[in-house]
Amino acid sequence: MALSSEQVRHVAALARLALTDDEVEALREELSQILAYAEQVGEVATDDVPPTSHPFPLANVLRADDPRPSLPVTDALAGAPRAERDRFHVPRIVVEQP
Amino acid sequence: MTTAPGAAEATAEQAERWEPVIGLEVHVELSTRTKMFCGCATDFGGAPNTRTCPVCLGQPGSLPVANAGAVEYGIRLGLALGCRIAPDSRFHRKNYFYPDMPKNYQISQYDVPLCVGGGLEVVTGAGRRHVGITRVHMEEDTGKSSHVGSGGRIHGADHSLVDYNRAGIPLLEVVSEPDLRSAEEARAYLTELRAIVRTLGISDAKLEEGSMRCDANVSLRPVGHTVFGTRVEIKNMNSLRSLGRAILYEVVRQRGLLDAGEPVVQETRHWDEDAGRTSPLRRKEEITDYRYFPDPDLVPVMPAPEWVERLRADLPEMPGVTRSRLTEGLGLPAEQAHTLVHAGLAGLLQDAAAAGSGPAEAANWLTNEVLTWCAEHGVDPADAPLTGAALAELVGLVADGTLSARLGRSVLVDALDGRGTPGRIVAARGLRQISDSDRLAAAVDEAIAANPEAAARVREGNPKAVGPLVGAVMRATGGQANPRVVNELLRSRLAAPG
Amino acid sequence: MTAALTRATAVELLAAMGAGEVAAVEVVRAHLERIAATEERLHAFLRVLDEPALAHAADVDRRRAAGEPLGALAGVPLALKDILCTAGVPTTCGSRILEGYRPPYDATVVARLRAADAVVVGKTNLDEFAMGSSTENSAFGPTRNPWDTSRVPGGSSGGSAAAVAAFDAPLGIGTDTGGSIRQPAALCGVVGLKPTYGLVSRYGLVAFASSLDQVGPMARTVTDAALLLGAVAGPDPMDSTSLQEPAPDLLGDLDRGVDGLRVGLVAEEIEDGMAPGVRAGLARAVEALERLGAKVADVRLPHAGYGIAAYYLIAPSEASSNLSRYDGVRYGLRVDGATTEEMTARTRDAGFGDEVKRRVMIGTHALSAGYYDAYYAQAQRVRTLIMRDFAAAYESCDVLLGPTSPGTAFPLGAKIDDPLAMYLNDVYTVPSNLAGAPALSLPAGLDDGGLPVGVQLMAPALGEPTLLRVARALEAELAFDPTPRGARSSEEVRA
Repeated sequence: MALSSEQVRHVAALARLALTDDEVEALREELSQILAYAEQVGEVATDDVPPTSHPFPLANVLRADDPRPSLPVTDALAGAPRAERDRFHVPRIVVEQP
Repeated sequence: MTTAPGAAEATAEQAERWEPVIGLEVHVELSTRTKMFCGCATDFGGAPNTRTCPVCLGQPGSLPVANAGAVEYGIRLGLALGCRIAPDSRFHRKNYFYPDMPKNYQISQYDVPLCVGGGLEVVTGAGRRHVGITRVHMEEDTGKSSHVGSGGRIHGADHSLVDYNRAGIPLLEVVSEPDLRSAEEARAYLTELRAIVRTLGISDAKLEEGSMRCDANVSLRPVGHTVFGTRVEIKNMNSLRSLGRAILYEVVRQRGLLDAGEPVVQETRHWDEDAGRTSPLRRKEEITDYRYFPDPDLVPVMPAPEWVERLRADLPEMPGVTRSRLTEGLGLPAEQAHTLVHAGLAGLLQDAAAAGSGPAEAANWLTNEVLTWCAEHGVDPADAPLTGAALAELVGLVADGTLSARLGRSVLVDALDGRGTPGRIVAARGLRQISDSDRLAAAVDEAIAANPEAAARVREGNPKAVGPLVGAVMRATGGQANPRVVNELLRSRLAAPG
Repeated sequence: MTAALTRATAVELLAAMGAGEVAAVEVVRAHLERIAATEERLHAFLRVLDEPALAHAADVDRRRAAGEPLGALAGVPLALKDILCTAGVPTTCGSRILEGYRPPYDATVVARLRAADAVVVGKTNLDEFAMGSSTENSAFGPTRNPWDTSRVPGGSSGGSAAAVAAFDAPLGIGTDTGGSIRQPAALCGVVGLKPTYGLVSRYGLVAFASSLDQVGPMARTVTDAALLLGAVAGPDPMDSTSLQEPAPDLLGDLDRGVDGLRVGLVAEEIEDGMAPGVRAGLARAVEALERLGAKVADVRLPHAGYGIAAYYLIAPSEASSNLSRYDGVRYGLRVDGATTEEMTARTRDAGFGDEVKRRVMIGTHALSAGYYDAYYAQAQRVRTLIMRDFAAAYESCDVLLGPTSPGTAFPLGAKIDDPLAMYLNDVYTVPSNLAGAPALSLPAGLDDGGLPVGVQLMAPALGEPTLLRVARALEAELAFDPTPRGARSSEEVRA
């Protein structure tokens, strides 16, 4: 299917990508082409075929409720672009948690 | 847009036109030792970011492994609520960006939750109601951000600071059917659910501390209709009181809109406890497209029937059953049984009864003195530092006349303060009640001498005037005098001549 | 001596070091010198770990002298794809968004390599987050093919493939989500094996598409590949999707030959889109197997042709979620913004390259409301159909044989502007990822242009022993010389 620029912007907002107008236009064409190809999956897969989300039927891989050491706080924060008082700094949050 | 509703303004006629339809979504933070998908400890009060590891920080390459303890807790709650335990349940990813969430997706359960289709009974002034449980599912908690430069609020903050200690702590989300019809029922439901969770010992379930959280879906429909109205989700109710207030507010607000012929907007609203009102949450439309899909890092949970049956067999007695045992078995009044069960004191009562205490006496000490002490000390009654044996000992000491009721209270407070068992406290303080009339004679005579007017009135046939005299004897003996013996002595000393 | 050391296989190096003929430090130094000589033309590495490698080698020598126990790969140089976490050592995934990122932990594979005393000489280049088939999508510049430096080495494990092909190291670790070990192995003339999904732990492998990603060995010989796989395979409690049973014995049957073995030739793939040189290489492999006593018969995988369509929905969908964590908060790049939302959006726009953005966008779209059923769910059904095709084929075959890639190494820039054409490179490799089954690429000679051709062997889940055994027999019969040669090869550097 061919995507509209508006759809591309909507997807970019979901994916939290600040795309330039040029990027939006380029992606609109590329995504439309790729999705048109990918839509082949609709040709063969009928509803009576169960979906496979995992190649092997593993189940119940569970961990005992036993504590393991946590990272030292300096290691936890070592990669942070910005930290303050042993916490991760982020700019003002506009949107409230859903 | 916002009317200024007040419960009192609603006329009886208006109130009868609309029926509130309420469903609750309750998050229970589990008291497992470790997080849902990693081995970090869940203990509270750690310094910021000291309970984190590559997994719960969402470090590249890290992978989740589900906590067997959390799954077990989930199954136990499901069984306690009469749910069916899904033979094959899955974890999904719920995708949305939020800085509290290290991976920017939350591992949750979607179309195949761990438990489905149960219910519980709530009792209010309006009677008894069965509230359906749609589902109980497992998920992970988020971290916590503190907002700087705005007095702690998200609005107007300069920036925020994130602590991921809480990220990944196991949660059970309990979703009710929209079966509740009043704020009172919603409170009763949450109270009952909390009692069940505490009875199971799977969470400390404290609304004020956030280990139990509640969102409410509220809509109104014309009385007699079966179709649901537009629903509004309310968040941020941190106590039973605010749950009740928020629902009441929202019902009145929606009623105002509907009566004025205005539509109710489907939205999420935030309860402001201080202002006493709800207001719409700021959010972008697109973030509600969560793009759920099965988490490829996790495999299905397929609880073996034997495991489920073993957990069922090991379930403790549920609060409803406990209540009937307290009323029908031990003869307590229904209201008192209710109070004890919801305060988490039923176990203590039963322990005391098992240790030989009369149930009524033990229940009275618990509902009066122990609850008062807990309220004064900010202690959750379920954590009251008292054993059933100690309570039984106290009841015994009062029953056999060793302690007066007043001394009993004092001893109980000492016991709760951690000064030892009632027996030891009595011994240490030398508190044995003095019932020996010879030992009390001098104090009685002194009291008569010191209160001639009161003595005279008693002699004149006014028995009530004996009070100040008894009080004086009690003071003189440090409260240890047996009031009954003192009364007898006074009466015989002051008997009208002839 | 130095040249001889870099030309040796891991098996030969282990024997020489074990016999005291050469020290691990000498082996490692020789390879570091070789890297220094080839790197300017190839750019196989994002980071060469000279000092730690020499220190590790010296420790191996000391422990050997002291008679202390040593791991199965003691002193053997290894090139590690820079998508596996190394504690305290930068791990970039070929992305600006992780430039300078130092993980606080080791991947399980890395820990096992260390336990085996393999010496990591450097971290190799790759397509950003393993998304690509040419290594041109690296944010840090492309890697070039040692056989012809005007051409790509394939991808995404192009750095490891080029390093092994150029004799920078006898062993390389790659990862394979849709062909990222096998296709570069084919294009660089080395052996590459994508193991059964779950045989090797993914813990610490930075996720691209979680249900498809696997870590696997690259080497110049089948035996070396088997040795390396043996060192890293096996259950890992940190990975829920890791298989619970111990890894199969990979070396025991290696030299048993293929007499009587039933080989299915993936027939419909012969016809379309395959370069003549690849067709010729495949024919050589068929003839060799028949000479060795195997029975080769045509088989059909009717739904394999839909593999690319399914793959390019499933992998981007999972990737769109996996890559959400790069938000400028906890690690990696941050581009400032007035709000958190703006900061994250700008960080991701600046930090991700075009191909990553493209796939994040495809995946986000494919999972979004109203499209999930048509795209993701349908793709998962195609996955089921492909697994059924394989199951049917293995009723009459022990292994399957086909091409690895439709063509040989293509010039840099040739496909970079046509994403779909680039994706079609994976047409033969993707079905094994979708089925979770093992597959191996083996060199089968050169095309007319002197570029290596790879053939692919596939087996059912946990069929690695059979796969390796067939590959070993074929390798001996085809007697491929892995030395890059030609006017623009890396060998010319040394001349």
